[in-house]
Amino acid sequence: MTTDLHSETPATPLLSVRTVEKSFPGVRALSGVSFDAVRGEVHALLGENGAGKSTLIKIVSGVFPPDRGEVLVDGKPVDLARPDDARRAGIATIYQELLLFPELTVAENIFMGHAPRANLRRIDWRAMHEKTNALLASLEIHDLQADRVVGSLSVGNRQRVEILRALSQDARILIMDEPTAALTEYDVTRLFDIVRKLKARGVAVIYISHRLDEIFAIADRVTVLRDGAHVATKRVADTDAAELVQLMVGRRIESLFPKIAVSIGKPVLEVKDLERRPLTRSVSLTVRAGEIVGLAGLVGSGRSELAQTIFGVTPADNGEIRITGQKVDIRSPAQARSLGVAYVPEDRGTQGLVRPMTVRENFSLAALGKVAFGGFIDRGAERKLAGDGVRRFAVKASSIEQIAGKLSGGNQQKIVLGKWLANAPKLLILDEPTRGIDVGAKAEIHRLMGELAAQGLAILMISSELPEVLGMSDRVLVMREGRIVAEFSREEATQESIGAAMMGSHENAEEAA
Amino acid sequence: MTTVTLAGAEVDLRRRLKVLASQEALLAIAVIGLAIAVGLYNPRFLAARNLSDVLLGNAYIAVAAVGMSMVIISGNIDISVGALIGVLATISGTLAVNGAPIVVAWLAALVVGILVMALQGVIIAYLRIPAIVVTLGMLSILKGGLISVTGGKWITDLPDSFHLADIELLGVLPFPVFLMILATILAALWMRYSASGRAIYAVGGNAEAARLCGISQPRTIVMVFALHGLFAGAAALLYATQLRVIQSTVPPNLELTIITASVVGGVSILGGVGTVVGSTLAAVLIAEIASALVFIDVSPYWIRAVQGVLILVTVIADILRRRRMAGA
Repeated sequence: MTTDLHSETPATPLLSVRTVEKSFPGVRALSGVSFDAVRGEVHALLGENGAGKSTLIKIVSGVFPPDRGEVLVDGKPVDLARPDDARRAGIATIYQELLLFPELTVAENIFMGHAPRANLRRIDWRAMHEKTNALLASLEIHDLQADRVVGSLSVGNRQRVEILRALSQDARILIMDEPTAALTEYDVTRLFDIVRKLKARGVAVIYISHRLDEIFAIADRVTVLRDGAHVATKRVADTDAAELVQLMVGRRIESLFPKIAVSIGKPVLEVKDLERRPLTRSVSLTVRAGEIVGLAGLVGSGRSELAQTIFGVTPADNGEIRITGQKVDIRSPAQARSLGVAYVPEDRGTQGLVRPMTVRENFSLAALGKVAFGGFIDRGAERKLAGDGVRRFAVKASSIEQIAGKLSGGNQQKIVLGKWLANAPKLLILDEPTRGIDVGAKAEIHRLMGELAAQGLAILMISSELPEVLGMSDRVLVMREGRIVAEFSREEATQESIGAAMMGSHENAEEAA
Repeated sequence: MTTVTLAGAEVDLRRRLKVLASQEALLAIAVIGLAIAVGLYNPRFLAARNLSDVLLGNAYIAVAAVGMSMVIISGNIDISVGALIGVLATISGTLAVNGAPIVVAWLAALVVGILVMALQGVIIAYLRIPAIVVTLGMLSILKGGLISVTGGKWITDLPDSFHLADIELLGVLPFPVFLMILATILAALWMRYSASGRAIYAVGGNAEAARLCGISQPRTIVMVFALHGLFAGAAALLYATQLRVIQSTVPPNLELTIITASVVGGVSILGGVGTVVGSTLAAVLIAEIASALVFIDVSPYWIRAVQGVLILVTVIADILRRRRMAGA
């Protein structure tokens, strides 16, 4: 824990990742990414959702092995087959969801799995407390006691416990995945103090964050990933926000998105000052008949929460919703449905599909009122509804009696979309409509969205894929921290302008554009 | 744009094969196959008298399993049903002995059954307490309450007209068997064709998706438990009226036998899958096995172990099937 603290020339990097490749069924998550970190450096990893950051850190943490390529620690190749291998190599990872035992104390959490032992392999409680106090003192943390129960701590303090846990295992490489996502401003300042102390001790910190200001505040170098590929590694001193945004979003012009020009009609959804704390803050927006409004933003910016508030899953505390001009007070999904609102949730697996049910039963689930008379389902009408849906959405199933859970992701998504349209809604809210499905099914869904808009449906589309947002939307709204922070017309919208608004460096990027 | 791609004939064949491989078909084959096999070993097993005794003595289990199946399909469980059947039988018998009109005695079992189960449904659905805990509590309350109130005394001198189980429809069909078949068919039709039945499958299969489709999960669960209470009431009447006396206890582990019938009948313990036809067939199969053990000179105490094997085999098969589906 001494020597070349401020050495600028990396002799042998502490951690070095060489041409790592990783594929999952249907997705190439990483294609030949190289990356290194030296002692006493904070190296930021930057990229859009799905750029490959998580895959990269999971490989380095031993969650799964790469298909090709290698990881070196101190210049020597290491085999990171299991998380335990990474720990032994001195690599510790602090995930967004903290992995602590809430019923146990600070000391117990820090030393879980490697408690100091006395004779007869008894746990040496005294040594454990002493070591914990030494660790606390070394980072100048004075508001945390070794015997506090972790469940009673603030998020910031819990995170400190995780950091201490990493240090107790002599971690030399510390990976932090969006550590500030849930922190208050004060805790962020304290986190930065700790990171600087670790840096001074020669720890290499790999810092993942969406927040550009943090990267400029704390990082020495930054590596940008895009679509699983390494785009650039820059010294933070040599770059600026606009450049990073551009590197992140790139300039992918894709003609995948067949947006049909349609005439836009009257407002279908009008939202005014909608409030549902913490993630929906004074939101106002309008979606008109025939219009597709894209809702961009980072994960956690409150887009899905807004959708669920409009749909009555988490009813609003304050504000006004109008559907086709009528003021409404939506308290439940059933009520939203009867008002002509449809919501296709983000997580098909847990929110959209009843997997053990047949294709037919899934198709009719949101429209049982349409096929049931006097409480009993008209099988003929139901079969027709499902058959129509299967044809209209080109669902590839052996028959409408196939179990929905056995279909591919794209076909499942088509069913989830289709079951809502069986109800003939006026407003369709789509949450990540094409996440995780193959290109063919994606194009199919985009084509359908275009058609539906042409038929006068108002569509609010949440998407984390900027090309999709740009390709499909008539208008783009950008959310950040629960608010709508920018609005662009189809003509104004560019990857750079939307990206900058998402990241909160709007002004910078506009100058650059 | 091609959609339903298999040729008509092929689909037809596949569907037919699938029907044959269904849990219900397997159980039906097992019921008949076992009867033939044991009959070959010991023809007395097939005597009309024995077969009818097997059905008569166990029809109440099948009826209760119909309700239990609905509860499990909705993603819940109920372990209080055995104790409840004992309580309902005692209430009904006490009323009958004390001169209440027989119809009132019968109705009381059904109404109290519905009320007790609906109350549990409300606690489970609206207070969001796991069903296993709520029904475990109710099990103790009912068992303890029953033995304290009755002091363990048997109810005798029941009026002749009280004995539902004595009725024979058209002179041949014993009422318990009739009720078992009727309850199964009505429940099967209702589960298959009613919107509420569909809601039970949806809530058990994916509660979140059901909620987003505008299906009220709490209301569905209360409804399921109320229906389960109705079937428990009917089961209690069959149980109460098949003997000349009502003991203030029920067969030990009755609830487990009922749950076994549901699970072996193909109802997924994880919810969302199963049919009441399956559970009735399984109840018959279990009763048949118990009787068969006697006829092939095996100690009837083995029935518990056999039930255990049946449960493990069906649950493992169900979990493996689900896993394969999740992997696809």
